[in-house]
This record gives sequence, C-alpha cells and structure tokens, in this order.
Amino acid sequence: MVNWHNNPVLRVDRVTMRFGGLLAIDDLSFNVGLNDITALIGPNGAGKTTVFNCLTGFYKPTEGMIVMRHEDGKEFILERMDDFRIAQHAKVARTFQNIRLFAGMTVLENLVVAQHNTLMRASGYTVAGILGIGGYGRAEKQAVEKSKYWLDKIHLTDRADDPAGDLPYGAQRRLEIARAMCTGPKLLCLDEPAAGLNPRESDDLNKLLLSIRKDQGIGILLIEHDMRVVMEISDHVVVLDYGQKIADGTPAAVRTDPAVIAAYLGVDEEEAPPIAGKLITEALQRVEQEKPASGKRGGR
Amino acid sequence: MAPSQPAQKQKGQGAVKAPDQRQPTGPDYGRILIDTAITALIALAIIGPIVGMNASAPQGGLVLEYRWGTVIALVAIITIGRFLLHLLVWNRPGWVTPQHVKRWGWGAIAVGVVAILIGMFTMDAPLGFLAQIHESLPAWFVAFGVFALLSGIWLLVSGANEVAQAKGVQSHLARTLEPFGKYVGVVMLGAAIILPFIPGVDRRIVDLAILMLTYIMLGWGLNIVVGLAGLLDLGYVAFYAVGAYSYALLSTVYFPLWFGDAVTPWTFWLVLPLAGLLAACWGLILGFPVLRLRGDYLAIVTLAFGEIIRTILVNWYSFTNGPNGISGIPRPSFFGIPFTNDDKGFAATFGLTYAPLQRIIFLYYVILVMALITNFVTLRLRKLPIGRAWEALREDEIACRSLGINTTSTKLTAFAMGAMFGGFAGSFFATRQGFVSPESFVFMESAIILAIVVLGGLGSQIGVVIAAIVVIGAFEVFREMAFLKAIMPAGFDPTQYRMLAVGIAMVLIMRWRPRGLVTKRNPSIFLKEKKAVSVDLVAQGHG
Repeated sequence: MVNWHNNPVLRVDRVTMRFGGLLAIDDLSFNVGLNDITALIGPNGAGKTTVFNCLTGFYKPTEGMIVMRHEDGKEFILERMDDFRIAQHAKVARTFQNIRLFAGMTVLENLVVAQHNTLMRASGYTVAGILGIGGYGRAEKQAVEKSKYWLDKIHLTDRADDPAGDLPYGAQRRLEIARAMCTGPKLLCLDEPAAGLNPRESDDLNKLLLSIRKDQGIGILLIEHDMRVVMEISDHVVVLDYGQKIADGTPAAVRTDPAVIAAYLGVDEEEAPPIAGKLITEALQRVEQEKPASGKRGGR
Repeated sequence: MAPSQPAQKQKGQGAVKAPDQRQPTGPDYGRILIDTAITALIALAIIGPIVGMNASAPQGGLVLEYRWGTVIALVAIITIGRFLLHLLVWNRPGWVTPQHVKRWGWGAIAVGVVAILIGMFTMDAPLGFLAQIHESLPAWFVAFGVFALLSGIWLLVSGANEVAQAKGVQSHLARTLEPFGKYVGVVMLGAAIILPFIPGVDRRIVDLAILMLTYIMLGWGLNIVVGLAGLLDLGYVAFYAVGAYSYALLSTVYFPLWFGDAVTPWTFWLVLPLAGLLAACWGLILGFPVLRLRGDYLAIVTLAFGEIIRTILVNWYSFTNGPNGISGIPRPSFFGIPFTNDDKGFAATFGLTYAPLQRIIFLYYVILVMALITNFVTLRLRKLPIGRAWEALREDEIACRSLGINTTSTKLTAFAMGAMFGGFAGSFFATRQGFVSPESFVFMESAIILAIVVLGGLGSQIGVVIAAIVVIGAFEVFREMAFLKAIMPAGFDPTQYRMLAVGIAMVLIMRWRPRGLVTKRNPSIFLKEKKAVSVDLVAQGHG
C-alpha cells in the first residue's frame, strides 16, 4: 500500500459542498500522506480552492468528514472547528491564491505575528507581558530565531526590516509560505504557490518545498496549475473536475489517465486514443507553462 | 523654463494646470481667462445665496437684507487670487527659480517678524507713537506681520520642496528637521512636566493644558481601536460618558451609602479603577454585536451606541437625574488631604500659603500621569502579541484567522482597552468639573476625538498629541487675536470664527497630508535596523 493510505496526515471523507443550487464539491474523498507533497489539480472552476476553504474552516462542508491526524495519534475533526482553531490546534496552515501578507508590517513582523499563539501564552495572555513579568522576552527572542531560520530559507534575511508590501512578487510568495510555516503546522496548504513566478523563481520554490518536506516532517497539499512543479516535486496527485475526483495516484499514473486528459482538453473519453495520451500530456504541459494563471474562473 | 517644471507638477492641480508639453512661448492666456471666469462663476454661485442674503426678523415680520457689496468683495478676492496663482505659481515667469522663492520666503518672514514686533511694542506708552498717529495702526502692523509670516513660511517650504524635487532628494528642510523628530516627544514631555511652574503661566493656561491632556488621553484611547485595530468607532464618547457617570454616581450616591463618610477623601482613587472597569465592560458589550460588521455598518452601529448611551442618561431620570445632571461630585484629594483653606488642607499640611491654583496644578499632574500611563501601556501593548495581532487585524483579517489568531477576542480586547482609557478620562472629567450632564457627551465630542486621531495619523502616538494641541489650541488661539478686533468692523468677535478656523485647518491638512500629520509607522520589532514603514503601504482597516 502507498504512503497516503498507510500514514495519512489528512483524510477527506465523502465531502460535499453545495452553494445553493451549485454543487462545488461532489462526494470527494482523498488522503494526504505525511512527508508527501500532494498536488490537487484540475481545470479552472473544478473546486480546488473550495476544498482548501473547507479544510481550513473558511467554509463548512455540507456533508462528509475531514479528519486531521497528528503523529501522536491525536485526531481533529476539522469541519466542526472554527477557522482559527484549525490553525491553532489542528495545525493546518495555508497560503492564498491572491497573496495576503500584512503589507504595512515588516517582513520580520509578518513572521512574528504568525507565532501569535505561542507568544500569547508566553506573555501570560498580555497580563504578565504588560507588567513585565514572566518569560516573554525569552519567548520573543526564540520567535525571532525561528523567523531568522525561515528568512534564511527564503533568502530574505537582508530585507527583514523592510515592509512586506515593498517586496517583489516572487519574494512575497515565498514570504507567505514562510509565514505559514512559522505557525508550526502539520499540514501546509498552498494555493497556487507558483502562479506568476518566472522559471527561476519556480525552481527556487520547488527546492524550498522539497526541503520543507525533508526537514519538517509534515504533509504538503498544493493547488497548482504549473505542471512542471506538479510533475517534478509531487508524490501524489489528485485530479478534480466539476467537483468530482477523476484521478488519484502517482504523477506518472495520473498523467496517462485518459479521464484526466479528457478533462483538460475537453474531449470525450472514448474519442481520446490511448496512444495519443502521452503526446497530449506534453502539449498540455507546454500550454500550462506558458500561461500558468490565466483565465481563472474564480478557482472555487 | 526648465526650473519651473517641478513647480507645475507640484502645484499644477488647477483646472488648466499648465500643460507639461508647454512651449517656451509662454502661458495660454485664453485658457487662463476662461478658467478664471469659471472660478468667478462658481464662487458667485456658492457665495451669492449664502452671504448675499440675510433673513432677519426685527420686531414683527421677516426681512430679507441684501449684502451684494460683501459678495462682490469675496468673489473678487477669490477670482483675483486664482488669476494671480495662474500667473505667479502655475505659469511662473521663467527667470524665477526655486532659490528665488526660498529667498522671498525668508524675506517675508523677516518682514513679518519685524512688523509684529513693531506692532506689539507700539501699542501703548512709552513707545506708543504709532498708536498716537492712529488708534488701530499697531494692530494693522500685527495683522500684516502675521500675514507676511504665514506666506513667508509657505514660500520657504514650497521653494525648498521644489529644490529637493528637482534634485530628486529629500528637501534640505526635511533633512534638517528629521533628526529632531526623535526629540519632539522628549521635549514635549519636559515642557509638560514643568509647565505649571513656568513664569507667566496662569490658571487659564493650566486649565487649557488640562483640557488638551484630556483630549490627548481620549485620542490615545481611541487610537487603540481606530489606529491599531482599524475598527472605526464613531461612538467613543459613550465610554467617556460611562466613566464620568460611574464616577459621579459612585462617589455621590453609592460610596456614601455603602461605606459612609470615612472613605470620602479617598473616593477619587477608589472609584477611578472601577470607572475604567465599567467602561471596559461596556466596550465588550458594544463589541459583541459589532464583531461581524465592517466599514460603514460598523461606523453606523457605533454611532448609534453613542447616542443610545446619551439618550439613556437623559431619560433614566431616577438613576441619572436626567438632563439636570449630577452635581456636587467630590473633588480629588491629595492622597487623602483635601485642597481646602483650613488646618487640615493641603496648603496647611505642607506649610504653604493657600491658593486655589494648587488644586488646578494637582489636577494637571493627575491627568498628565494618567495620559502618560495610557501612552506607556499602548506602546507596551504594541510590542506584545496582542498589539501585533491588532495591527495584523487592521492589515488583513482573513490572513489573521488563517494564522490561528482569534479575531473575536482580538477585536473585543481592542474595544475594551480603548473603552477603559475613555472611562478613566471620563472619571477625571467628572472630578474636574464637579458636575456631569448628558450635554457633555454629544456626538460632537466623538467627532473631535476621531478628528484628533485621524489628523495625527492613524496609529501614531505623537501625532495624536500634536493634533490634540492643534485642534483644542486652535479654539483658544482665537481668543488671543485681539488685534483682529481693532482692524475689523465694530462688533467683530474672533472667537465666533473658531470652528471656521478648525475646519480650514482640517481641509488644509487633508489636502497636503491626507494620511495625517505623522505618515510613518514604527515597526514593533526589528532585526538589524529600525526602518519606518511608509504609511502608503499600511492598510486603514476595514472600517
């Protein structure tokens, strides 16, 4: 059996999400394995971001169950938790399709804010902090050390004291990932991290994600349109179309799946000759590379 | 023509701003004339009905007076001013360089200072020779001096800005002034501490300083809610009222009832924390219903809350004594020693001669210490996780939630903190006045406090101080302008124009500093070097 069945960090079990008459996710089940990079792909409007919003508590799924499992065996039923408690206790961190940094705060402040809950406890929920008793100073130093570690990883140490809004686009994307990591997550959800990056930045991103997988012992779930990123780094690919899962497996298995090809190119399954599959996949990759984030249908 | 280009960029907001592609042949007089004519028409349309007609009701019947003379004078001033702006500023002659402008500025300042000094020293004997020629001549000198001084400063600053802009660097003036920015706070604090003992400072000035400090404290309190957490609160005066009434009711009715007269000298110090606590509770009570509201909706609900509190104070006659208010509120004591003219009073205890000013000075120090505590706590909170969470909340609420920040409790603490300081200020107000009534807690107060916070620059502590001094001081400066009386027609009272001046000041500040006086945000933590964040990047919150 494969890792995502043996050792899942997240189990999505028969989740359905309806917005009025619109069926955004239809009976979706998949697992995210620990130490795996799982890619959630699909054409625009397939419901990928809706899945993310369900995972992180911004939406409550209409039906189904989402279970987060920590290594120590603790389980959290995410659809019953508030969004901030999911981040705080179940330890799911996320980034956003349109970057949501604290633009008017410095890079370092962004990373320190992400460690809010640890620092809040250290400051005795502000009471001890105001009076200047307790170990808040030490906790803050530790928080800065952790921030420095991540600044180093994303090559932004030199710009630590600049406002986040002044950073170039690619650096903002990396900072958002580092900020999510500063919360100490067990599952990192990245919504199109490579959108709008040039090939070099995209390579850097791959390295960053691979090193996070290697060092941190967490699960990574990412939505991505850039097939280069998906095929290069992911261990597990889940393909959505019109809210339904149409394929689930290793990248190699998914790329030759006729249903996936049909979904991307809009042809009937029977009409797509199996031999043409590989050719089509390659053509598809080229198209996706050229316009990674164009023509969005809202992404949910 | 080259030197005048930056001038056009900076000042060229006119309808016919001299086009950048202007040929060296000179300004387009046709368009200037058309623009001037349009200006005159607009001025006439606005001023005509408002100034030109005056409905008065002398005994029996309504009479409509016409004042076309005044209208013509005002429209002429506006039209000629606009025309001169066209000729001298937007289409300045080519040989005038920014250096000239600066030099003229210095010249005008010098002339202004000399004229003011001549005017002031010749008002009365023994140097009163000017006054002997004509009674109001010295006043004219002062008025001319003030005008020359103001226009000189304007010329100097705009000239310096132009030079800097042409070079692409910060202006010399700003560079010279910036290092002193750090010391503004220290200097102000020093001045505030010694203020009551500066020679020539009388009761009126100390009273004014107390008023300013009260508003500074209120501004700092509201700054937590509006400036840091980005929650627009139009009903802040409600907490001021809760604090004042808490103090008034507890000290006049309930403390004597519960504890008898024994605690009377200590009432202020016992009730003060309670009043703050009660106000904080009301902050929470207001906070809950508005948690989900943003922007305009939040503003409307908080506005309504302020009015609800006031209406309750007016109508709950049995509890609050209604519109009559509560009088006879005990004055604060010097830690148990009252400020009375007898053996047990403050003066006798410390071997001083009794003076009513002693109590005022004591009040001054009480509010100074209270304001400083507010400032200290706010600055400290900014460096604590809760303060950073407030600012993050102002920047992006959704991102906050994705990072595990409980936005509900973060918002509620912001409301409660702001309300608590409002409550402290309220109970100080009650003890200073000795009388509270609902009339003191109208929407106008909320508006003034919010204006102070916005003018100062959202989130800036020193900005609030400067704005409070400007706004509250501007009301009072007009009492001082006695020289205006001498040169204006009989019956002119400068104090009548105080609100007009505040309004003009606000328009000017919003024109030149749309994000408030202080446009830098200080980061709460830094790795190597503390760099201020330009306010353009800082979000203003969701309402």
